Amino acid sequence: MSSESSDVRFIDFKSDAQPTWCPGCGDFGTMNGMMKALANTGNHPDDTFIVAGIGCSGKIGTYMHSYALHGVHGRALPVGIGVKTANPELEVMVSGGDGDGYSIGAGHFVHAVRRNIDMSYVVMDNRIYGLTKGQYSPTSREDFETATSPEGPQQSPVNPLALALASGATFIGQTFSSDAQRHAQVVQRAIEHDGFGFVNVYSPCVTFNDVDTYDYFRESLVDLGDDDAYDPADYEAAVDRIMDTEKEYQGVIYQDPDSVPYEEKHGVSGRMANIPDGAPEGATDLVREFY
Amino acid sequence: MPGDLNWAVGGEAGDGIDSTGKIFAQALSRAGRHVFTSKDFASRIRGGYTAYKIRTSPNRIESVVDSLDVLIALTERTVEENTDELHEGSVIIYDGERTMMEDFEAPEGMVGLSVPLQRLAEEAGGAIMQNVVALGAACAVCDFDVSYLDESLEKRFGGKGSSIVENNKQAARAGRDFIDDEVAETFPYDLETTDADYVLLNGDEAIGMGAIAAGCRFYAGYPITPATAVMEYLTGRIERWGGHVVQAEDELSAINMALGAARTGARAMTATSGPGIDLMAESFGLIATTETPLVICDVMRSGPSTGMPTKQEQGDLDMLLSGGHGEIPRVVVGATSVAECFHKTVEAFNLAEKYQTPVYLVADLALSVTEQTYPPEEFDMDAVEIDRGNLVDPSAVEEWQNDSGQFTPHAATEDGVSPRTIPGTPGGAHMTTGLEHDELGRRTEETDARVEQVDKRQRKVDTARRAEDWSPREFGDGDADTLVLSWGSNEGAIREAMDSLADDDTAIRFLSVPYLSPRPDLTEAVEAAEDVIVVECNATGQFADVIEHDTLTRVKRVNKYNGVRFDADELAARITEAIGGGGGGDDGSSDGGKSGEGDDDAESDAQQEVTT
Ligand SMILES: Cc1ncc(C[n+]2csc(CCOP(=O)(O)OP(=O)(O)O)c2C)c(N)n1
Ligand code: SF4
Ligand SMILES: [Mg+2]
Repeated sequence: MSSESSDVRFIDFKSDAQPTWCPGCGDFGTMNGMMKALANTGNHPDDTFIVAGIGCSGKIGTYMHSYALHGVHGRALPVGIGVKTANPELEVMVSGGDGDGYSIGAGHFVHAVRRNIDMSYVVMDNRIYGLTKGQYSPTSREDFETATSPEGPQQSPVNPLALALASGATFIGQTFSSDAQRHAQVVQRAIEHDGFGFVNVYSPCVTFNDVDTYDYFRESLVDLGDDDAYDPADYEAAVDRIMDTEKEYQGVIYQDPDSVPYEEKHGVSGRMANIPDGAPEGATDLVREFY
Repeated sequence: MPGDLNWAVGGEAGDGIDSTGKIFAQALSRAGRHVFTSKDFASRIRGGYTAYKIRTSPNRIESVVDSLDVLIALTERTVEENTDELHEGSVIIYDGERTMMEDFEAPEGMVGLSVPLQRLAEEAGGAIMQNVVALGAACAVCDFDVSYLDESLEKRFGGKGSSIVENNKQAARAGRDFIDDEVAETFPYDLETTDADYVLLNGDEAIGMGAIAAGCRFYAGYPITPATAVMEYLTGRIERWGGHVVQAEDELSAINMALGAARTGARAMTATSGPGIDLMAESFGLIATTETPLVICDVMRSGPSTGMPTKQEQGDLDMLLSGGHGEIPRVVVGATSVAECFHKTVEAFNLAEKYQTPVYLVADLALSVTEQTYPPEEFDMDAVEIDRGNLVDPSAVEEWQNDSGQFTPHAATEDGVSPRTIPGTPGGAHMTTGLEHDELGRRTEETDARVEQVDKRQRKVDTARRAEDWSPREFGDGDADTLVLSWGSNEGAIREAMDSLADDDTAIRFLSVPYLSPRPDLTEAVEAAEDVIVVECNATGQFADVIEHDTLTRVKRVNKYNGVRFDADELAARITEAIGGGGGGDDGSSDGGKSGEGDDDAESDAQQEVTT
């Protein structure tokens, strides 16, 4: 939220580090959309904090330019919560993979959704563990054969959108990294949302997943953005889409128009970084309480 | 000592034992008397024995003792639990009209006072006030003016309306009148009062107050005994200064939230106990590698695993000094008394920011539950100094950019301390990562850069070692042949033990060590002494190992790990025994006393319900 916002272009969010993703990796498109959305919403790299998980997806922290932390596997969301609480004026975006967010970090996902902090969370869902070279992930299909699942995982995949909904989400979006325009638009709406803007992005892994491919998503995704009659504020309609076992959807699937972010409910404002040179004024009252 | 009194109230958990004890402790403090409290809690949910014990004196006291003069016993078991402490002439106040106590008889030589607590409470307005009736009776027994209770009753019940407060004051007086009017015996106690004004607080509260004083604005934690009280203290207070407390979903989250706040420039903290420290280990390395200033407090309890959650132990030292995979430069600072919990917390925040490093702030259960009196000047807010280290002024950011205008958060400076910008600072944007990185904070596996970064992180700690005062706290006779070393809460009991040892002409030099890493070089002190005795609450002697490693000299070990803190009398005996040849020797192990067996019996039949 910078005063110079009008000058910022999406390229300003790009660092000079060369991505080492495999050519064709979905993460390229996902990242581009994130940068566009940040620029379109008038943010500046100096006022933006990106938290990245561990995985191929987590490398975006390096490829984008902003204040950023690339932490430990699965703990990106708590870091984002700390950043946003310490300075609500910053734009905070958290991003990571499906393993990072729905497996090792699943507990944090549930509670970050519940807290409804005003930040966005972009999950690059390739239904595989990319960085560790191709084991099944929590979103892998039941029969998806990998090195650690020769017969398929034989357990039902997590439905991240349903998990979010059950946790009290106020914004649920889903996109496809190669549908650049829709993706950037939905991430932008997540940023603009007053609360926790969650977007699950299908970002195909061209190296280790030959099932959930570009072709598969292109053919199977129904775009709610094209459907003028669809109202994301309609909770029942959102439940129907999210629980649909026949089809998958992209777009803003659910948005609670009455969402009140955590910071507002808790009266958190201002920069916690600013402190006086000595004990804060009135600290002696604390001693007096012990009389 | 004349004017001293050892007092306790005990019953079942859920009987309001804690608040009853606290009311009496506050009243004593208001009367200008020193107070040192301890708690017995076999369990903290209904069904287990619990007691609140107060030692009080007109003089400063630093420890518990093994004696009980006046006991309010709400259950028979309270008396059984304290057989060892009760002595000839001890007074036991109980309610003989209650069925559960109707057959009770005070042990031989003691004075049993049956006071109709429940009936008098009902007459004053409700049975719920029976503990307050007992307090009034105790005042009469101790020749202590019952009106000293009034202020603490107001503090405790003020929020419930003035009639509740009045009823409680009446209840206290009913208890006093009963003793004065119906009991023929006279008692030898005389709780003289002084004009002194004391504050009464425990170690967790001191840590919380120290955090606010130091400018901490963000706290995230997950409840765990005995660290929860830090979070409870901060909640409702830190907000006055624009701060915030988050109850996280687990410790992994707590430490990462605190990390996020710290990278945003806030002074941030989390507190936990051993099990939480285990969970935080991976992120601890991240904090160190990203050079993030953060205070992580470990209020130790008995381990391993869930161990004995409400029992004392100092068993985490090894983990705090070297836990986490890889090699992690760090600062570890320990509090040695309740007041030091405040001072070391303030120091920890300064060290964290000056050296951009995680700081383990260590306390133990004994400190956290002890309520102790101090003159308020002990917590002098005007003396609090804040040093934020190399926080770059927004106008000077360019000085820390490379030729391409990129900020260098991990610049390999001479002293190892890099520049730090707060998000929102123009030109200061940068990333950092738990992967090995270069000066820009970007991943690298390049060999020279790796070595450069490892060295610079270590260099910060070396700089700190030179620049800061890591002296131990020294007590006793500097020329004594016997050197006692310790860390954590044992300091008070050792100081008192030294008083009685001095009466026996045993001179002691005592160094209480708050700085565990970096730590003082004790080689000279150790070499100058004939006997070196290391006192700590664990089984293996983790601190003794450290001392032996540092000084290349064998030490004698006085250990205790039955879950009960050291008391002064016991320590005097154990130290004497160690000087006499017990403990130490070639194998460095101790005598039979190592197990602290003496106290095992008292605890063994205590019901061990677990609070996790
Ligand atoms: C504590 C811990 N366990 C395991 C790993 C190894 N690891 C790194 S990334 C990863 C999974 C990545 O999968 P995902 O989050 O889906 O990211 P992707 O690479 O597919 O983008 C694993 C298991 C680790 N870094 N840390
Ligand atoms: S392995 Fe898969 S997810 Fe990782 S960079 Fe290559 S294509 Fe992308
Ligand atoms: Mg993945």
